Amino acid sequence: MGKLLAVTLIVIAIGSAIPILAHIWVPPADISTHGYQIDEQMSDTMVEAGICFLAAQIILGVFIWVFSGRKPGAKLRTFPGGAKGLVGAAFILVGLEVIILGAFGKKAWATIYFTPPGADALPVQVQAGQFAFYFRYPGADGKFGPLHPDKINEANQNIFGLDVDHDPDSKDDIVTAEMGVPANKEIHLLMHAKDVGHSFYVRELRIQQDFVPGLDLSLHFTATKVGRYEIVCTQLCGLGHYNMKAYLNVMSEPDYEAWIKQQASMQ
Amino acid sequence: MNTDNWIRTSGITIALIALMALAVLKEHTVQAAPSESSVTGTVKLEGTPPHQRPIDMSKEPSCAAVHKANPVATETVVAGADGGLKNVVVYISDGLSGPAATEVAPETPSWDQKGCQYIPHVMALNPNEHFKVTNSDPTSHNIHPMPQPGGPNHEWNKSQPSGAPPIDAAWQSPEVAIHVKCNIHPWMSGYMVVVKGPYGVSDDKGSFKLDNVPPGNYTLTAWQESLGTQTQKVTVAVGKPTSVSFTFKAK
Repeated sequence: MGKLLAVTLIVIAIGSAIPILAHIWVPPADISTHGYQIDEQMSDTMVEAGICFLAAQIILGVFIWVFSGRKPGAKLRTFPGGAKGLVGAAFILVGLEVIILGAFGKKAWATIYFTPPGADALPVQVQAGQFAFYFRYPGADGKFGPLHPDKINEANQNIFGLDVDHDPDSKDDIVTAEMGVPANKEIHLLMHAKDVGHSFYVRELRIQQDFVPGLDLSLHFTATKVGRYEIVCTQLCGLGHYNMKAYLNVMSEPDYEAWIKQQASMQ
Repeated sequence: MNTDNWIRTSGITIALIALMALAVLKEHTVQAAPSESSVTGTVKLEGTPPHQRPIDMSKEPSCAAVHKANPVATETVVAGADGGLKNVVVYISDGLSGPAATEVAPETPSWDQKGCQYIPHVMALNPNEHFKVTNSDPTSHNIHPMPQPGGPNHEWNKSQPSGAPPIDAAWQSPEVAIHVKCNIHPWMSGYMVVVKGPYGVSDDKGSFKLDNVPPGNYTLTAWQESLGTQTQKVTVAVGKPTSVSFTFKAK
């Protein structure tokens, strides 16, 4: 019976590793300039965690195989230093693993988050609110007008609470329901939450960043492949969370120019 | 019996039946005719209507597809080519007494969600008049009417998935007006106007009609969601329709 359990354990462990090794469930192709670092980090983590997982399961199986059915009273060798030594060794081993992964991961994180956007990055503001994303482009003047939360009005689609009659900077601001960006152009995304915590997640961009109410965070990225991608909220934000999404439309430069002109005419 | 005779006989029979039916109908209308009158009229908009922002529904592909050919815009002011102002609620704000003030309209109007819009955009109701909220879309909606906080009517917020049974609801007290929104689709906006007595909502041409108005002197109020209210005094006489017109100035 013990030997059967040992074999079953090892078979399950190897079986569950097959789909991963065979790359059956792969993430969608990366469309950003920074995404390869995330992907490398992910695969490093997968390899490392995978080796540890398989090793642990196989060793467990081997121990069960070897020590099952032993005679009562048989003498066992103990780990050097006993239980204390065992826990200490495990602590050092797992600690080293976490620190090494962290050290490599930090590099990828820092090149994405701790570098400022380029001077010619296109600023786009995204506002998350229950339960939709809206986007704002600064228009010709390159400046965003101030927000007046008391002026937010869904009935006339003043989603951001702009006061175009009094704020000259707001006059040419363009508010859209879809995020259009030119391909191969750096985007400086300014994130603003209207009500509660939300998250901005685009799988293909390898970006996932929370919105924090009262804290305007920013990100920068460059999308390289033309296409339409889903932006979803990945932070449970209330009843309609499941339906909180928008689309990222990566376009060629001329297509983007035409799109933004059309959006401006709709304001 | 020859053919001519047969045709004649059946012709006379049909004519007789038709006459009898007419007599019955006539009698019926005479009986139903009350000592009440109607107030009809039109609401006009003077000046250029404010720009209505087109609505981008790309977040909800099923609704975006419905409006692909004819994009919809906000409906804060909807005016026809001849200046007729739509979605104005006309009601008696002063002068009502007796049963007319407490009567509840017998209809159960529908508040439909179709193509991610509220149809109608503005609905008038009596206190305790039941209405049905329906969802004709293949997507979920959530109906969120927002009466004045602390007032006699209470805010509610209910989800209605596609294909769910209608939601039956009513407002207890008069309130002008209750804004309704959908939390899932922030562009959805509508108003429920709860008033006592007869009411009318203006159509595409700006025409409205208040039925069953007892004779008397009244103050009529016309309410528009972004242009505010206007009032007018009228005298309604028995059996004589009264005509009234309102003009709103574009802001």
